[in-house]
Amino acid sequence: METEKKEYKVIGTRPIRHDGVDKVTGRALYGADFQMTGLLHGRVLRSPHAHARIVSIDTSRAEAYPGVKGVVTAKDLPEAEDRVADLGEGAVNLKYLCDNILASDKVLYKGHAVAAVAATSPHIAEEACTLIDVEYEVLPPVLEVRQAMEADAPLLHDTLKTTSMGETADEPSNVASHIQHQLGDPDKGFAEADIIVERDFVTGTVHQGYIEPHNATAHFNQDGQLTIWCSTQGAFTVREQVAEILQYPISKIKVVPMEIGGGFGGKISVYIKPVAAMLAKKTGKPVKVLMNRADVFEGTGPTPASYVRVKMGATKDGKITAAEAYLAFEAGAYPGAPVGPGAMCIFAPYSIENVIIDGYDVVVNKPKTAPYRAPGAPNAAFGSETVVDELAEKLDIDPLEFRLINGAKEGDRRADGPVHPRIGCIETVEAAKAHPHYTAPNGKKHHGRGVASGYWFNIGLESSVTINVNSDGTINLIEGSTDIGGTRASIAMQAAEVLGIPAESVNPSVVDTNSVGYTAVTGGSRTTYATGYAAYEAAQEVKQKMIARAAKLWEVDEANVQFADGEFSSINGKEEQISFRDLCAQLGQTGGPVVGSGTVNPGGAGGAYATHVVDVAVDEETGKVEVLRYTAVQDAGRAIHPSYVEGQIQGGAVQGIGWALNEEYIYNDEGTMTNASFLDYRMPTCLDLPMIDAVIVEVPNPGHPYGVRGVGEVPIVPPMAAIANAIYDAIGIRMTELPMSPDRLLKAMGKI
Amino acid sequence: MARKSHVQTTINGETVEFLCESRQSLLEVLRDELHLTGAKEGCNNGNCGACSVILDGRLVNSCLVLGVETEGKSVETIEGLAEPDKLHPIQDAFLENAALQCGICTPGFIMSAKALLDSNPNPTEHEIRYWLAGNLCRCTGYDKIVKAVLDVAKETSA
Repeated sequence: METEKKEYKVIGTRPIRHDGVDKVTGRALYGADFQMTGLLHGRVLRSPHAHARIVSIDTSRAEAYPGVKGVVTAKDLPEAEDRVADLGEGAVNLKYLCDNILASDKVLYKGHAVAAVAATSPHIAEEACTLIDVEYEVLPPVLEVRQAMEADAPLLHDTLKTTSMGETADEPSNVASHIQHQLGDPDKGFAEADIIVERDFVTGTVHQGYIEPHNATAHFNQDGQLTIWCSTQGAFTVREQVAEILQYPISKIKVVPMEIGGGFGGKISVYIKPVAAMLAKKTGKPVKVLMNRADVFEGTGPTPASYVRVKMGATKDGKITAAEAYLAFEAGAYPGAPVGPGAMCIFAPYSIENVIIDGYDVVVNKPKTAPYRAPGAPNAAFGSETVVDELAEKLDIDPLEFRLINGAKEGDRRADGPVHPRIGCIETVEAAKAHPHYTAPNGKKHHGRGVASGYWFNIGLESSVTINVNSDGTINLIEGSTDIGGTRASIAMQAAEVLGIPAESVNPSVVDTNSVGYTAVTGGSRTTYATGYAAYEAAQEVKQKMIARAAKLWEVDEANVQFADGEFSSINGKEEQISFRDLCAQLGQTGGPVVGSGTVNPGGAGGAYATHVVDVAVDEETGKVEVLRYTAVQDAGRAIHPSYVEGQIQGGAVQGIGWALNEEYIYNDEGTMTNASFLDYRMPTCLDLPMIDAVIVEVPNPGHPYGVRGVGEVPIVPPMAAIANAIYDAIGIRMTELPMSPDRLLKAMGKI
Repeated sequence: MARKSHVQTTINGETVEFLCESRQSLLEVLRDELHLTGAKEGCNNGNCGACSVILDGRLVNSCLVLGVETEGKSVETIEGLAEPDKLHPIQDAFLENAALQCGICTPGFIMSAKALLDSNPNPTEHEIRYWLAGNLCRCTGYDKIVKAVLDVAKETSA
């Protein structure tokens, strides 16, 4: 493994991304841009109620409407078994999966899909939806996690019973599962503490907020071949999910990933893709289904609202002796809140001997939650990093110094079991402390500074890459990872580094599921790490094959050919030299084309740490919090393309700022989201923000040939607590509810 | 089915004729009738700016303009910006500054930046942020977008 600090030719440079020109000229084709002869347009009818039993659905008026070519409901789905399938993103209960596509017996949230229409125009499809008669028996909704956990709460599922550490309860409940992690002896740890801080926290439901709504176009050939063109984070997981939902063989499904307009975890689960396929089957025509923005807010997975309680104790000299957390997360309509990841991450920036963490996955009448950038970790860190700040304050220790005293390092055990490999936790704290921002004057009235750290474990999973060598010294790199933020470049650069060629000599293509080996989703901060690793392996194979060609050309033994700096040379005797490019021109006469492939499922993803510093100003009259200055430090292991690493850090930090200050689903008592538009669900605009200073720390990951760590997710973990801590510094009030919007600030300040 | 109207307009300097229903927005016409899919639909109610185009010199959300309203007018879209052998300086600056990630908002931002720089070739950072506040980007945190536009302004005024 080449993990020591060394000079690279391509890695660490900032070439223009390969798909850049297509994307600045409007030529790049996203899912909704797909056109096809004879295309029909689909539209989904959604539930107006948050919780209701479906008594009947009558589609006859819609079917008779001119221009309508087909209508589907859950009756058109194969009977779903109540069994669990692994679809590449963890286990999923198929009944739940199918019911979320088209509700069969109950609707469980406002916006739940009930039926769908295919028609000759999107407007006709929309009009026809209003002609579908659905009779509902409305039930009381349960909209908050603590209410849902109460014994007399309305039940979403009659058959759902709590699984708690291997045991299943007898009575149905909204609590799908309870997990617990324990390390050491928490009681003893708290007894040793000189000071204990305990607080509870509430966070709202927030959405990934990708700008491109979900889309899907499907076509069934007469031979049964199904093709789906769509925006997705993972073409192979779409293939698997559609195959399970429609009970159709994966060998008859081809998924073509179009360009994707943001995902952040929200474009892994399928919603309208199976619906488009059902409509295509029914009509015999290709059908395109698009969501509008309200559909996206109401019908796709946000990230959970949560209730979090954190208790931590420390000695007078600043050593944390024990930590306890209670995490209750809203799963939405079906089980699967990311409480597990929240529990894995909550105390991971610290070396603590005595820890206990309880996590609860709870169903409520809101859309089924989906992953959102480091799912679960931000909710948890808002609590723990606020409590850490308060401990440091009460002990009169600088908050970054407090983190250095307790910082996690190689060999420490996380409460959920794994032992940390080489990590860069302390390095990010040191870099934040040394940054000019941290010592800049900030003494104005109602101005404050806060810090927070965060952790995300990152994942590996399967990736495949094929490299075809061209006669002009370039290579075509075939991959299955959809490119959401510049990964064509970061993967191509790793292959280029191996072969000693410029990044521009690689032509990367993201291809369909028939054209590349299995590749898991673009998620978990895995793509530059794992697909990059596969590209490295494929390039190594190309290199070995090219060495064999040079040996053949020179009639020497392969062992006598070496490759360095893009040149093959003969050693031990014969003086021969040929560049990669010139050898490429001779492939025909030395044995034919050269193709290399790499397939990986690497286990050494290596966790990522971040420490953020933020200055805010609190307007005492309006309660508005303005972010004045923001510095985000992060360990990237090795930054392949630093500009896109900075971009991930900046984008993640700003999503965190939105979560901290503005963003939340606002529900009325009936369970209707009252702000399902970009006007009322306020994501940050550029006017709300300063520049975001992204500082890259490089502590190479021993689990990757170039030391890469995933960078995409951890930057969203610290901002909420960092801003809460800055608000405390500004006005002396601990904010414990997200978002920290003007009304909540005014309330906290006693002004309303 | 609603009866279609005949509309004649100028798009990226070329005279274009099309048929559209009265209820079809300019965005729908561009994308579905004329296959100019560079303008994107993010919200269809004027809040995200992904469909930004320039209509008679004025920046508009094409989802809030009806197709029939463009009769006799002039529309500039992202497809008309580059020259055959060279990108527009704003496009170059977006690439040099890595000012895009997923790229779905990029055409809108570039058209919005063009409208700004056409009227104010040397804006301050605050003026850029104020002007671009009608365009949402969820990937970049805007840092590199603002820097890209500052770069173009610097080069033009140098």
